[in-house]
Amino acid sequence: MKYMLIIYNDEAADGTATPEQMGQLFGGYMAFTEGIKQKGIYVAGDPLQPTATATTIRQAAKAGALTTDGPYAETKEQLGGYYIVNCPNLDEALACAKQICALHTFSSVAVEVRPVMNLG
Amino acid sequence: MVEEVFQAERGRILATLIRLARNFDLAEEALQDALVEALCHWPREGVPQVPGAWILTTARRKLLDRIRVQARRSELLLEYGAPVSTASNPQINWESNWEMHDDQLRLMFTCCHPALSMEAQVALTLHTLGGLSTPEISRAFLISEATLAQRLVRAKRKIQLAGIPYQVPPASELPERLRAVLATLYLIFNEGYSAQRKSLANEAIRLARVLRELMPQEPEAAGLLALMLLQDSRSAARLDPDGRFLTLEEQDRSLWDQTQIRAGVALLESTLAKRQPNTYQLQAAIAAIHAESSAAADTDWAQIELLYRDLLRYQDTPVVRLNHAVAVAMSCSLEQGLTLMDGLTSLEGYYLWHAARADLLRRLSRHPEARAAYQKALSLAANFADQEYLRARLRLLNHTAGGVSKLG
Repeated sequence: MKYMLIIYNDEAADGTATPEQMGQLFGGYMAFTEGIKQKGIYVAGDPLQPTATATTIRQAAKAGALTTDGPYAETKEQLGGYYIVNCPNLDEALACAKQICALHTFSSVAVEVRPVMNLG
Repeated sequence: MVEEVFQAERGRILATLIRLARNFDLAEEALQDALVEALCHWPREGVPQVPGAWILTTARRKLLDRIRVQARRSELLLEYGAPVSTASNPQINWESNWEMHDDQLRLMFTCCHPALSMEAQVALTLHTLGGLSTPEISRAFLISEATLAQRLVRAKRKIQLAGIPYQVPPASELPERLRAVLATLYLIFNEGYSAQRKSLANEAIRLARVLRELMPQEPEAAGLLALMLLQDSRSAARLDPDGRFLTLEEQDRSLWDQTQIRAGVALLESTLAKRQPNTYQLQAAIAAIHAESSAAADTDWAQIELLYRDLLRYQDTPVVRLNHAVAVAMSCSLEQGLTLMDGLTSLEGYYLWHAARADLLRRLSRHPEARAAYQKALSLAANFADQEYLRARLRLLNHTAGGVSKLG
């Protein structure tokens, strides 16, 4: 089964992190990515540019589309990156998500795990 | 008669069918097919010698039929774990079927998976593993059958779509996952116990007994069963004839179920001997001290205080701190207990915090403050038995300190 691991991290806290801390975080992600590639469960994964670069097109019911600056949701944690992994079951996908959480030692993070819809 | 046998065997058989089908609905439909067949055959041919084995064999055959039909319809090949030959072989070794044992354990971990909401876990556990019918479950939780059905549909859909596995978690995940199973069973018990719904409390005890048999090496599984047995031993004494809640001090101890107390204490002692204490064992140990005190005045509060201190090491929550403060008040000094209680301001919305404070203030003869605290507790208490208890306390207080209340 394919799962998307959607990573929400605290952008503001990451902005104030020391270069050493950020270096450690990137190093951690590289090692994690290498690990899941070797296990053969990696399908895709990328970090995203910060929310300051985001543009959202939104459309209310029965109204036209509206283009605005900024991310979709203004919350403490922002969508920062994603992975798609191919795991036999939810428990293994959750184990990956826990590994990702463990990489963030200096700020909060949440990883949403969603099964990818199989269209054939 | 047929329905009764099915209800009693349902949990065990369903667990195996779900493993084979990897699908809750298909498994339930196959069991339903077997019930129809039993209703048709048993009255004419008599009840089989081992009804459970008959049901399982028949349901497996029905399941295979359904899978074949489905596979033909959608031209999808479904995974079918069991060799086909057993479906036509009635000689399944029913009594010593370890596979069925494991099936039940796997199903427990699936039903209590933390990816499901607590509500969904409870509904699914009772529905698939329990011996209660759907109307009984919905009555016990004061929800409509439609709401319960909806909850079950959503939970089963999440299991299927999110790929929640049907397995006992690996050792690294086991402690956390076992805690989730124990918490669900205890929640079911408390729901039944606190609201005096006996069938639900009994069902929780039955499931805890199954879990303890499935995982005999886990001290906390035994601890939970002991705790339930000890708490439940008092169920006949907890309310007065008018439905008012009675404190441990007021209860008629001759109504406590001594057989159940002995069973709980014996189980607890053999478990504590393993020297891996944790939250349920410690709570059971506290319940055992109450259960074995022949009168309220004989209660060994010093020992209880020590046990709460231990419990705080594993479960440092405001409610445990509140109970510890009561034990300090009873074993050491009322003032000291009250000081500890007053520090727990996060419990301001919890009626038992106000009731416990009121009780200590009353014992300290600080009546106006006690009255205010009882009144606050009354405004927060949700169920009738607790409200009646608090009203009785207020009446008593007005009676002993009538003059003061008029001055105030």
